[in-house]
Amino acid sequence: MIETQTSRRDFLKTSSTSAGGLMLAMSLPVVAGKSMAAGTVHTPNAWVHIGDDNSITLLNAHSEMGQGVYTSMSMLVAEELNVDLDQVNVVSAPPAAVYVNALLGAQITGGSTSVRDGWEKLRVAGAQVREMLFSAAAAKWGVDKSQLTSSRGIVSGPGGKTATYGELADAASKLPVPEKVALKDPKDFRLVGTRAPRVDLMIKTNGTAQFGIDATLPGMVYAALAQCPVIGGTPVSFDDSKAKAMPGVIAVVKIADGVAVVADTWWRAKKAKDTLTVTWDRGAGANISDDSAFAGTRQAIASGKVIEITKPVGNVDEAMKGAAKTMQAEYVQYWQSHSPLEPMNFTADVKGDKVTLVGPTQFQQGAQGSVAAALGVKPEDITLKTTYLGGGFGRRIELDFIVQAAQISKSVGKPVKLVWSREDDMTHDFYRPLAVNQMKGAMDKSGMPVALEFKVGSQSVTQRAFGLPKDTLDPFMVEAAVPGYNIPNAKFDLMIHDTGVRVGYMRAVSHNHNAFANESFIDEMAKAAGKDPYAYRMALLQNSPRHANVLKLAAEKAGWGKPLPAGRAHGIALMEGYDTYMAQVAEVSVTNGVVRVHKVTVAVDAGMLINPDTVEAQVQGAIILGMGPALKNRIHIKNGEVQEQNFNTYEPIRAYEAPHVDVILVKSSEKPGGIGEPATAVVGPAIANAVAALTGKRVRSLPITAEVLSKA
Amino acid sequence: MSVEFKVNGKAAKASAETDTPLLWVLRDELGMTGTKFGCGAALCGACTVHVNGQPVRSCQTPLASVAGKSVATIEGLGTNGKLHPLQMTWIQHQVPQCGYCQSGQLMSAAALLETNKNPTDADIDAAMSGNICRCGTYQRMRAAIHDAAALMRNA
Repeated sequence: MIETQTSRRDFLKTSSTSAGGLMLAMSLPVVAGKSMAAGTVHTPNAWVHIGDDNSITLLNAHSEMGQGVYTSMSMLVAEELNVDLDQVNVVSAPPAAVYVNALLGAQITGGSTSVRDGWEKLRVAGAQVREMLFSAAAAKWGVDKSQLTSSRGIVSGPGGKTATYGELADAASKLPVPEKVALKDPKDFRLVGTRAPRVDLMIKTNGTAQFGIDATLPGMVYAALAQCPVIGGTPVSFDDSKAKAMPGVIAVVKIADGVAVVADTWWRAKKAKDTLTVTWDRGAGANISDDSAFAGTRQAIASGKVIEITKPVGNVDEAMKGAAKTMQAEYVQYWQSHSPLEPMNFTADVKGDKVTLVGPTQFQQGAQGSVAAALGVKPEDITLKTTYLGGGFGRRIELDFIVQAAQISKSVGKPVKLVWSREDDMTHDFYRPLAVNQMKGAMDKSGMPVALEFKVGSQSVTQRAFGLPKDTLDPFMVEAAVPGYNIPNAKFDLMIHDTGVRVGYMRAVSHNHNAFANESFIDEMAKAAGKDPYAYRMALLQNSPRHANVLKLAAEKAGWGKPLPAGRAHGIALMEGYDTYMAQVAEVSVTNGVVRVHKVTVAVDAGMLINPDTVEAQVQGAIILGMGPALKNRIHIKNGEVQEQNFNTYEPIRAYEAPHVDVILVKSSEKPGGIGEPATAVVGPAIANAVAALTGKRVRSLPITAEVLSKA
Repeated sequence: MSVEFKVNGKAAKASAETDTPLLWVLRDELGMTGTKFGCGAALCGACTVHVNGQPVRSCQTPLASVAGKSVATIEGLGTNGKLHPLQMTWIQHQVPQCGYCQSGQLMSAAALLETNKNPTDADIDAAMSGNICRCGTYQRMRAAIHDAAALMRNA
């Protein structure tokens, strides 16, 4: 049972020294979670609440979808607050301007930004509260603040005086929030940088963690939704005579996206939904196919508007003319589905102009705003409780299923939990865009590159999701386009083609196709030059020390150049993404055409690390997710309909296919980089390069299935 | 008409249509939401429970088929406030990420260790390959299963 009781508290003016330097003054709706203490809860700032009983609550603005953000953010606050991790309760923050992710301009969890956004902000939040508690203690005891220390939530002063944070909280919360606070020197960290246990381990091993699909509200009923097989299609008419006669069915309602059956259990709703006959207007997407989408994308590369990704270096055309050797290649990636294991769902209760939403989302303000617009209510009349997310990978930045739940609840006048089937989820995703990368390179007599031409054609998610104007640079299409290699003449161009398919951001986003093209092509150049691909890369990294360092570490740990068991080969790949530098060495074999990855050795420089164990876990997991599109997965679209429906035809990597991932973490005092995503993008080219080394076959499209490999 | 069976050792009764999958009886009628819905087609293992000690996909197990039988779910994996060895090593290795598949993973692993006290990597892969983890926690699960097996052998 998720508590959704809300209260409104006057909120103290506070200031933040975070990126953007926002001055914040607002009234904040507070969601009272179970872990909130009984009695008074004091709110020294928007992130930290302290109860009279010494309970400490972090209102976490970032959604927990497996990346460990409830733990990392708690560690940052606890570090400055001088409490231990087990003293901090985490609840999800409500939608509010104070929680906007400074790197994304909205309350979004994505883009591997949480730690980069929270690194300073959460430490400041903890330090502010600590200073206020110290001020309260100093006033109470008539001593100077400099005489005070604290540990595990207890302030100690001269003469053996002690007071708990709880005892000081009331007085502290009446003090002005300090505008400037001193943060600890990293050398004094006692918690940040340790392999602290995740705060959600117990509830995720005993079945009690509350995901969206587990939400309940009093009087709640269940909905299953029939949607047009072509995304964007709408219902024209429907026959619900069978459905209405089925047990437990409460109502059948038409909403913009489809026809919903509402029943007293989800299974009854789903069974009744399957009996509906719906006539659809299949909409503008009805003629989309793989072939037309690729033809359009290649056409855009050939003759579409050229968008410069970065200023060209040198003169590529001249350098190509005078080169000893030139080469070119085209790399292709297909649509992919996020397919988090928890299918899309949301729970909504619309009562007049007041709305309660409970569920898994990566975009709190978007949920609030889109439901407000769809129902014609005020955003501030919508309360939202974010549950744990059963995977996100970017799918839960989208808002479609949230609006649907609210519309259905409004129609039936009851709290409704909408749950999609797996088939609904896979056929109504916001797909990772297909991409075509065309590369040209030129080499001197010694085989070293003198020129590089990089062209990428793909579809813009940002145009669809955030209204980016047409034919302008979409930064989320050109990630990892510019490699760290020192090549004297280089240019990088983007061409955008709208295939008509509904596309979305998926873990590592455009790093996936751009790193695949760059890291495959440099490998091909090394081969053409007759040079070792590791040494070839290394020779081009004089100006990129962090790239060079991870490349060297990964190669050494993997035993690059040393003999491997018969039938195995290494492939290497390198990338910077999200301010994180990463190299991977994949060890593969091929049996009956099927590529098997035995081991991946990863060196990662992600700057300062909050929790090295989480960093390792993210690298290990991101590699498994990336291996799906690299070896097995592809979404096909025919007559506008997604062909894959479930995990039999879009089968994620399973246990028997999972390699051992060996992670080397670079000690660094640089600012933290993002770690949720980069490994997903690096594993594809590492595998493709290993397959080329082993078989002599260069595969320029992913996934490398047995069929693809046999034709290469 | 209702179907009677046992869940985690306690008597249970369900009134859903007898072709209703056990998964939805557990979740929506008995309010036991630890068992998860992932695919509805026995492809992902998120709904794994034990019926008379055997791991089954509850999304493909009709209510009628469990009449008079013993069902075990994640809620009963640890007993009397004591964690199952797998839960202990799961926590030690910090296995879960999003956590959604973990109930099913743990139930598959528990079934494996009931019959195989010292599984090899290959045994583990064979027993666990019906359970998908999109977060990719396979490597840690493998290590945690080895450690739990050792704990159980030495208990």
